Amino acid sequence: MKTTRTQRGLGETQAPHVARTSRTAPPARTARAVRTPGGLSLRLDVRLLTVVVLLVLAALAASVVLIGTGDFPIPASDVLKTLVGQGDRGQEFIVRELRLPRVLVGLLVGACLGLGGALFQSVSRNPLGSPDVLGLSQGATAGALVVIVLISGGATAVTLGALVGGLVTGLAIYLLAWKQGVHGYRLVLVGIGVNAVVTAVNGYLITKADFVDAARAVVWMTGSLNGRDWSQVWPLLALCAVLLPLVLGNARGLRMLEMGDDTAYALGVRVERVRLLMMASGVLLTAAATAAAGPVAFVALTSPQLARRLTGSPGPNLVPSLCMGAALLVTADWASQRAFGADQLPVGVVTGVLGGGYLLWLLVTERRKGRI
Amino acid sequence: MSTRHDPGGQNPRRSTVNRLSADDVTLAYDQRVIAEQLSVEIPDNSFTVIVGPNACGKSTLLRALSRMLKPARGRVLLDGQVIQSMPAKKVARTLGLLPQSSIAPEGITVGDLVGRGRYPHQGVLRQWSAEDERVVQEAMAQTGVAELAERHVDELSGGQRQRVWIAMALAQQTPLLLLDEPTTYLDIQHQIDVLDLCAELHEEQGRTLVAVLHDLNHAARYATHLIALRGGRVVAQGAPDDIVTAELVQEVFGLRCQVIEDPETGTPLVVPAARAARARAAHPRVGATEAS
Repeated sequence: MKTTRTQRGLGETQAPHVARTSRTAPPARTARAVRTPGGLSLRLDVRLLTVVVLLVLAALAASVVLIGTGDFPIPASDVLKTLVGQGDRGQEFIVRELRLPRVLVGLLVGACLGLGGALFQSVSRNPLGSPDVLGLSQGATAGALVVIVLISGGATAVTLGALVGGLVTGLAIYLLAWKQGVHGYRLVLVGIGVNAVVTAVNGYLITKADFVDAARAVVWMTGSLNGRDWSQVWPLLALCAVLLPLVLGNARGLRMLEMGDDTAYALGVRVERVRLLMMASGVLLTAAATAAAGPVAFVALTSPQLARRLTGSPGPNLVPSLCMGAALLVTADWASQRAFGADQLPVGVVTGVLGGGYLLWLLVTERRKGRI
Repeated sequence: MSTRHDPGGQNPRRSTVNRLSADDVTLAYDQRVIAEQLSVEIPDNSFTVIVGPNACGKSTLLRALSRMLKPARGRVLLDGQVIQSMPAKKVARTLGLLPQSSIAPEGITVGDLVGRGRYPHQGVLRQWSAEDERVVQEAMAQTGVAELAERHVDELSGGQRQRVWIAMALAQQTPLLLLDEPTTYLDIQHQIDVLDLCAELHEEQGRTLVAVLHDLNHAARYATHLIALRGGRVVAQGAPDDIVTAELVQEVFGLRCQVIEDPETGTPLVVPAARAARARAAHPRVGATEAS
């Protein structure tokens, strides 16, 4: 009752102001929307949409090139023909059974890492609050190393071990960082501490290992897409299918959280619930990606930052980060196979070199801005 | 001592019960108790200001009133319902809060930030309605930041930034608005500027405002209802004209002073006693009061 009175009062007193301002200042850029007569309205950010479309195209183009790359090169046109079922039998086998699953795993791992990174950086309100800095990747590695070194388990066991390791680490970080809610700096500091501890454990496990296990562990730890097949594609795809709607459905709450807990609370966001959901999703995505490809360095850290610089939009930029991660990883995999001649340079080395440089640049510029 | 100040006066549904109140609440962080058995009524359509010395629990009370702090005992009532039991978005459409510190996300524009105030009115399928657009434009016009709509928040001055945050709270369109020290960190003309804006919102739109303020003279000038806290207890409440006396200031802040009439507005004006006079504690004549 009171509300309507106030609202009407607002409209009446302010109508002339509005007319005046709308002549002098156009409505804000971000306030664009598609509206239907039924009351449906969707926000529309043209630049963000363009970036997403371009990134998807880039990821797909890189995928086609990557499928054509290898000991038996296939031209892009043949790759496309084969993908729609028009290729010859030999190419069909190479594309469908050998290279397509590897590329799909690459796309999915990149997407998971990009999205997981965006979620964590948004929750911690810090570009350094990313899963690879917080020790989640190291945690997954520890899980995998335990399986490789202590019980000499097979590939499936290693994957499961990595998954469990990532989840346990995520839970530990959340519990250690929890103090009347989780706060950004606390989360980053606790995460860095956890990272150090787990890295030490990993070092110990490697020294304990015999020669064969140690070699296997080191390859795993660099992060590689070599020999990935369909059995890695389906679980990742299923996880994305479940988590993506959940995360995107709550993305608006996450946007509000970036303004501080109090402001988000005042706006009616269920702060701790949204944060727990986002962190849990981030942990799952990162752990699953690491389990599938090993700890591919720095994709989670860089994708959200690069995506944000492209879209120029504040907020978590979840979808652009996801697309950026996918595009980055596939491109890095292509680079590692192609540019370095041999087909044995794992993709993690390339992302590590690129991402490490980026991290340095970020630290230097952030320092100049006085934020670190 | 406590006079209900109710300038609007019209509330057909409940003439005696106010929309927002704290009923016998005990407020504590972990084990540290800030206030016990505290009861406060926020008169409808008032501009209520909570004052008191540092650590008297005024911000804590505001947090409890805005359901950010769950009382250890007792309850905060909004429209007759326990505030914690209400859906978060429903509360956010009735009661707004401007916290002491908020973070402007990197690279956000004024228009975008103010637009975020519409969150409690939106949903997945109703992301940016024509109504949202209109209300945001209004909120920006009202706070005088409409020309800044395209600017980045991080390049604004402190005073402009506070106006932007107030605009965001206004875009929330709540009949009740709580402000936690809205003038802190602002220089004097921007402090007055923000308080003028608050008075405008209160007078012209009949919003109920609750603010925590540090400056007693600002409180006495702008409030229609004053709540003085000390050590988690309400020492006095009522219209500033009725309650601000030298004795009250002495009791609440432990400061010897004179209370004279503000030459501009006629409201009570607190003038702290000179250092020498305060030192001469034996001479009680310093405590002369005029406004009461």
